[in-house]
Amino acid sequence: MNSLFTQDVPLSWYLVLSAALFSLGIIGFLIKRNLITVFMSIELMLNAVNLSFVTFAHQWHAVKGQIFVFFVMMVAAAEAAVGLAIIIAVFRARATLAVDRIDLMKL
Amino acid sequence: MNGPLHLWLIPLLPFAGFLLNGLLGRRLPKWLVTTVALLAPLAAFGAVLGDAFLAATPMELRSWNGLGPVPHLLSFPYIETFGQWINVGTFHIDFTFVLDPLSLLMLLVVTGLGFLIHIYSVGYMHDEEGYARYFSYLNLFLFFMIVLVLAGNALLMFVGWEGVGLASYLLIGFYFKKTSAADAGKKAFIVNRIGDFGFLIGMFLLLANFGTLTFSEIAAKLASNPAWQGGILTTIALCLLFGATGKSAQLPLYIWLPDAMEGPTPVSALIHAATMVTAGVYMIARTHVLFDHSPFALSLVAIVGAATALFAATIALVQNDIKRVLAYSTISQLGYMFLGCGVAAYSASIFHLMTHAFFKALLFLSAGLVIHAVGGEQDLRNMGGLWKKLPVTFAVTTIGVLAIAGIFPFAGFFSKDAILYAAYLHGTDGKILWSVGLVTALLTSFYMFRLWYLAFLGESRSERGHHHATPFSMLGPLVILALLSICGGWIGIKRFATFLAPSVGANTSDTGSAHLEFMLSIAAVGVALLGWLVAHQFYGQKTGRPAKLAAALPGGYKLLANKYYVDEFYAAIVVKPLMVISKFLLGWVVDTALLGGTAWLIGGIATFSGALLQRWQSGNIRSYAAWLAAGAAAVILFVLVPWATVLGSLSAIHLGVAGQ
Repeated sequence: MNSLFTQDVPLSWYLVLSAALFSLGIIGFLIKRNLITVFMSIELMLNAVNLSFVTFAHQWHAVKGQIFVFFVMMVAAAEAAVGLAIIIAVFRARATLAVDRIDLMKL
Repeated sequence: MNGPLHLWLIPLLPFAGFLLNGLLGRRLPKWLVTTVALLAPLAAFGAVLGDAFLAATPMELRSWNGLGPVPHLLSFPYIETFGQWINVGTFHIDFTFVLDPLSLLMLLVVTGLGFLIHIYSVGYMHDEEGYARYFSYLNLFLFFMIVLVLAGNALLMFVGWEGVGLASYLLIGFYFKKTSAADAGKKAFIVNRIGDFGFLIGMFLLLANFGTLTFSEIAAKLASNPAWQGGILTTIALCLLFGATGKSAQLPLYIWLPDAMEGPTPVSALIHAATMVTAGVYMIARTHVLFDHSPFALSLVAIVGAATALFAATIALVQNDIKRVLAYSTISQLGYMFLGCGVAAYSASIFHLMTHAFFKALLFLSAGLVIHAVGGEQDLRNMGGLWKKLPVTFAVTTIGVLAIAGIFPFAGFFSKDAILYAAYLHGTDGKILWSVGLVTALLTSFYMFRLWYLAFLGESRSERGHHHATPFSMLGPLVILALLSICGGWIGIKRFATFLAPSVGANTSDTGSAHLEFMLSIAAVGVALLGWLVAHQFYGQKTGRPAKLAAALPGGYKLLANKYYVDEFYAAIVVKPLMVISKFLLGWVVDTALLGGTAWLIGGIATFSGALLQRWQSGNIRSYAAWLAAGAAAVILFVLVPWATVLGSLSAIHLGVAGQ
């Protein structure tokens, strides 16, 4: 009898999970007001894409997809550093993180 | 032996002068401008003289040095090709210059007279504003005129033809701050363009029927097909004639020439008397093979010429502006040349072209001195008694008047006589043409002596009497021209025709006798003397006869004084309707309604759609993000949905429904 652990997880499950995560990211991005939450939603979308990349890399035995993931993670890390710095600067200047209130480039 | 003559140098020298004076003239010192302006035509004239010398050197002179018989130093026609211009399919146009007796003679007249008038201009324009500009235009004119004369095909000739029109426009409107001068320039240009239209159509027809625009090839094709008469050749010849009437100020397009007198007087002498206006005559002589194959077109040339000669001469009888008298006289004399062409006496016509260039340039230049002497006054009624003040001018003008009146042995006698003789011998209508020419000769003599009496004899009627010594630079050219006006005709039509025969063909209609020729000459001189006598009776003493005659014939006098109301007639039938069409049809209907309406419609659509679409741009960052996501979703949908299958099944359903 095939146990859950000896059998491969089907491809579609990964893709459905990836799509679900991506959609959650979009929804979070659209409806959340807190800048940090919006930021986290973007990360969620990135990682959803990462998941599809590794899935396909495993499926096709192609290493390119995994390399892509490394790049994405690296860029995401850099982006997180810059983004968080901006968020802190914005909070210092405006004393708020509500995206609707930060609609002017000018202080 | 046809060594390279470097014909290209002849036009390019004046062109270099134009570039130098036109681009740098304002920064250069005046003496340098003068030097450049004079050197350019002098060098061109020198080059032409050199070519003429080569052509004239007989072969005996060349063979004495033991080289054996050298056939020709320069054999006509001498052709130089400088490269291809247009090469499309079977259609070839080259930059070709042709030197033959006809173009050599024209070149001598153009560059020689051009040089003399440049010298005169140095004195005449000395104190004028735009000294360098004047000379650059004058050099530009010489460039285009030489191109016109040397051109080996009709298209290259057309380049020169248009170019001299441009130079003429620039020089008529030289005093462009004066509205009348600017208007006269525009009038000359536009009327010339109407004639050019005929020339262009003629060229297109030539191209369609001969496949070439090269004069020699056209002549060869016609020579190999002597039975080809009339038909399309008549159409082509008439188109070319129409072009010639524009440039050479013949009926019905002569109206620009009197107004062209707004330009400086040396310009009137060079362009509007001696050279440019004769381009039409030159063109007809150059394409004479076409006219020879179309008797109808040829007789129309004669009729146009005779009619213009008489018409302009009658107007000149009563004009009071000294330059306008000369302008109408020029139109009339050009009519003579057309008359000569029309009776196939091309060499007589070119002969008259040459002598006319001498004495008319002389008369214009003297008129310039007269105008200077009386302080810019041009009205003959306010002159008089100038022979005391301007003895040299009086002397040379007398020579010019005697020459144009056709009195033996001055130049005009020989050439006019040659044309009248050829006309008399020409077929059945020749007698009519001859009598029209004779009446014109009478009128010519009368109005020229009228001018002479009014300007130089009698009492001085001028208030502004200041007079400064005439510089030698102005008198020198006058004296040379006076000598040419005396001797220019002595070469005789026979020798002249022999010289020109390779270009324009021998005059075959020489059926007259020496006796007849003598009688006709006596008649021509007789009417010239009669004109002098009548002018003397009218203007020699203070008789008041002119006023009495004008009072006796008020209608006729008014008609002539107003130049037959031709300008008014053209204004009514051409200019006014054009203005109305421009203003209402083109201005209002097309411009305002059609173009403006379309622009307004397109603008309205853009504004309206912009107003709708700007709601999209809410400024809300999450709405943008949502649209982005929606767009991405739409792209995915588009890629993923198998449209072919979907559409196929949809149409299957549709067909199924329809099948029931």
